[in-house]
Amino acid sequence: MVTRPAAGPRGAGPVKVRGLNCPSCGAAIQLRGFQYTQRVICDSCCAVLDAQDPGYAVIQKFGERMARRTPLIPLGTRGRWKGEPWEVIGFQVRTIAVEGIQYSWHEYLLFNPYLGFRYLTQFDGHWCDVTALRGLPETGSAAGRPVARWRDLEFRAFQTARAVTTFAVGEFPWAVAVGDAVTARDFVSPPLMLSSETTDDEVTWSLGEYVSGARVWEAFNLEDDAPAPQGVYANQPNPVSGRVGARWRTFALLLALLVALFVLRQATAANAVAFSGAYRFTPGTGDTAAFVTEPFALTGGTANVVVRTTATADNSWIFVNYTLINEESGAVFELGREVSYYHGRDSDGAWSEGAREDDARIPAVPAGRWFLRIEPEGPPTGATIDYAVQVRRDAPGALPFGAALVFLLLPPVVVSLRSASFEGKRWAESDYAPASDNDSDGRDD
Amino acid sequence: MSSVGASCPNCGAAIVFRWAQAVQATCDYCRSVLVRHDVALERVGESAIVPLTPSPLQLGTEGTWRGAGFTVIGRLVYAWERGGWSEWHLRLDRDESAWLSDAQAEYVVTSQVTPEAALPGAHGVAPGLALLHRHVRYEVTTVTRAQYVGTEGELPFASWDRAEVTFADLRSATGGFATIDYSEEPPLLFTGEAVELSQLALRNLRTFEGW
Repeated sequence: MVTRPAAGPRGAGPVKVRGLNCPSCGAAIQLRGFQYTQRVICDSCCAVLDAQDPGYAVIQKFGERMARRTPLIPLGTRGRWKGEPWEVIGFQVRTIAVEGIQYSWHEYLLFNPYLGFRYLTQFDGHWCDVTALRGLPETGSAAGRPVARWRDLEFRAFQTARAVTTFAVGEFPWAVAVGDAVTARDFVSPPLMLSSETTDDEVTWSLGEYVSGARVWEAFNLEDDAPAPQGVYANQPNPVSGRVGARWRTFALLLALLVALFVLRQATAANAVAFSGAYRFTPGTGDTAAFVTEPFALTGGTANVVVRTTATADNSWIFVNYTLINEESGAVFELGREVSYYHGRDSDGAWSEGAREDDARIPAVPAGRWFLRIEPEGPPTGATIDYAVQVRRDAPGALPFGAALVFLLLPPVVVSLRSASFEGKRWAESDYAPASDNDSDGRDD
Repeated sequence: MSSVGASCPNCGAAIVFRWAQAVQATCDYCRSVLVRHDVALERVGESAIVPLTPSPLQLGTEGTWRGAGFTVIGRLVYAWERGGWSEWHLRLDRDESAWLSDAQAEYVVTSQVTPEAALPGAHGVAPGLALLHRHVRYEVTTVTRAQYVGTEGELPFASWDRAEVTFADLRSATGGFATIDYSEEPPLLFTGEAVELSQLALRNLRTFEGW
């Protein structure tokens, strides 16, 4: 920073703070901005005075119809912002009209005689730290939308509006007047915002950075708490977009692990046939009677069992009630499976429904000697159906992996949706709020 | 620093030139504006009292720009309809002139360059107009019609007979800055850059009450 000087050999002496009495109402006014101040607006009567005029001529009297606003940071407050002392010397309210609705934001003018001026803006509890830009951004377009580029950053056009000064109090280094109008354009690259203000003979650019109200409160030692921000602001950083990429990277890692586990399971599962048998069902006969199979051994510890039913059903169906019974303990597992297959041809072409094969999985069956009780059911009339029953032990299944996949997908999908929702709210307030705004891509590439 | 001694033809006070090539000086005592002809000093008028500007700079402030030391030896104060600004005349150690402009505490250092092509005329210049100089594209951002309202110290030209001038300020995408000065025909071109005072390693600044 600039070091405070001692008076030099040709030093002109310290610059003095001036005081005056408002020529309109008589109130005492102190000029905190030294001779930088062009206009000062009396805190008592809101008369706009020419600070450069020896008699402080009244430029404008406060219109009675205009609403007086009270700055949240009182004029004259000195705080420490980004390591340097700054004093609030001016406050103005600027208003834009969008589709007939007026929106107003507040601007606090901060001054330090060695560092110049900066601004804090406030809208609905959202704050920006704004400084004049020492260069000219390049404007162009990208993806059919205007953009501005500054220092390798691309800012997307957000809004263009005519901003009118609707209230001002304190000091300004330019000839401020209520009713001043500029064309204001905002471009955003959260947490930054590039803004241009255009008049007939001037274009000025500024760079704003989104800051929390709490930080402003702390810097200026204000009482109570900063008002809570409402909605999503143009350059408010997306709280989750930074996590979207990380979540998807974590997902990719876990997915690779899951695939490896799946492959391992496929390779190592016993998948042994413990029993198989072939039977025939003839409609209209006693084939619906239940029967039992020969006992068979299920080896190993507790593992799954898959009961596969294959049938020659042709525009027909067969339903098989299975009871898996342990020869020693009498433990049972019951399941009913249907195999049905229908096919044909209609105006849309060939069609089919169902399948000739069905797998039923029993997750955890202890080892031991087991047999099946089989009770088939079928249509009362029609063709004979041949069906086969196969029991496999420790068959690898995809289901647990599918469930795990869904579980793994949840965090990145939720974060992506939240990010997209935040961006949707941001851009809904812009000039570029089409119904199909697809600015959901918050992934940090 | 080379300095040349002389005395004010009006009040007899010593006029110490900090820069041998200065064309105009202002007597610190009687505010006579003095133009140098060879060794003689001609009193051409009296400077209005320089409006108190709050610039932290003053005559005698020293600093460094682009590796070269400089001393603030003069100032021109301009006013326009919405304010005023100072152009501080810097004498660089390599005996060249440069200007440090202080407009509402936004600082720019420039020095005169030879235009590569004819500059736009004062009547045709407007925001948006582009100018290419040394492969840098500058764009006019401000056009200002200003009045000379005061002078201090030493200047490389005589300003006492000037009243009004038009300036066009231009900026580049990389922080570059240029000014077209229409006080002469053909107009003059200055290029440089926006700076923060903290970049200039300044010494002997003014103080501010309360700061």
